Amino acid sequence: MNETVQPSFKPGDRVVVRKAWPLGHIRTPHYIRGQVGSIERLCGSFPMPEELAQQRSGLPAQPLYRVRFLQRDVWPDYRGGADDALEVEIFQHWLDPA
Amino acid sequence: MIERGHHDMGGMPAGKVEPVEHDYEEWERRVDALMILLSGIRGGNKRMTVDELRKNIEALPPEAYEKMSYYERWVTSITQTMIQRGVITTEELGRKMQEVQARERDGAA
Repeated sequence: MNETVQPSFKPGDRVVVRKAWPLGHIRTPHYIRGQVGSIERLCGSFPMPEELAQQRSGLPAQPLYRVRFLQRDVWPDYRGGADDALEVEIFQHWLDPA
Repeated sequence: MIERGHHDMGGMPAGKVEPVEHDYEEWERRVDALMILLSGIRGGNKRMTVDELRKNIEALPPEAYEKMSYYERWVTSITQTMIQRGVITTEELGRKMQEVQARERDGAA
């Protein structure tokens, strides 16, 4: 019995955050859905909060990544540096290859 | 279709954040302790997850979410979770609330 989903991304991989608004407890912020970023690191694997919030085990554990986005991509009116970045921790099932 | 949840306000226009120091009231400390016990962080029996705490806070109507203080949201959510999990029933809760209200009305602290 495998209680952990295998990581499918590695640092540097380009990913797009799924653009979905399901009901329930979602840890992927609204403002980042649909954005393209790159994997900064794998933080580990954890039982899924979306399931834990519904009295279930959250298993198998899902890989959680720190994903880096450019501020100017996320905020259309961003006036800071072109390389300024924003990092968000996002579970693997919210990410697709970009 | 529901899009952004009311609580999910990252990136929305807002004023400057002004951090302020404040003391916690006794009931707020108790709510915090209750959550530590119920979530099994220390002692007690695990009766809920922090994710359920979040889910039930996020389910508050926007007006309630705005009006309530931090620990008011917590205690409302913990109560909702205990009902959902069958640890208490709404009838027990209602009767206990009446009892406490009567006690306060009669002046016994």
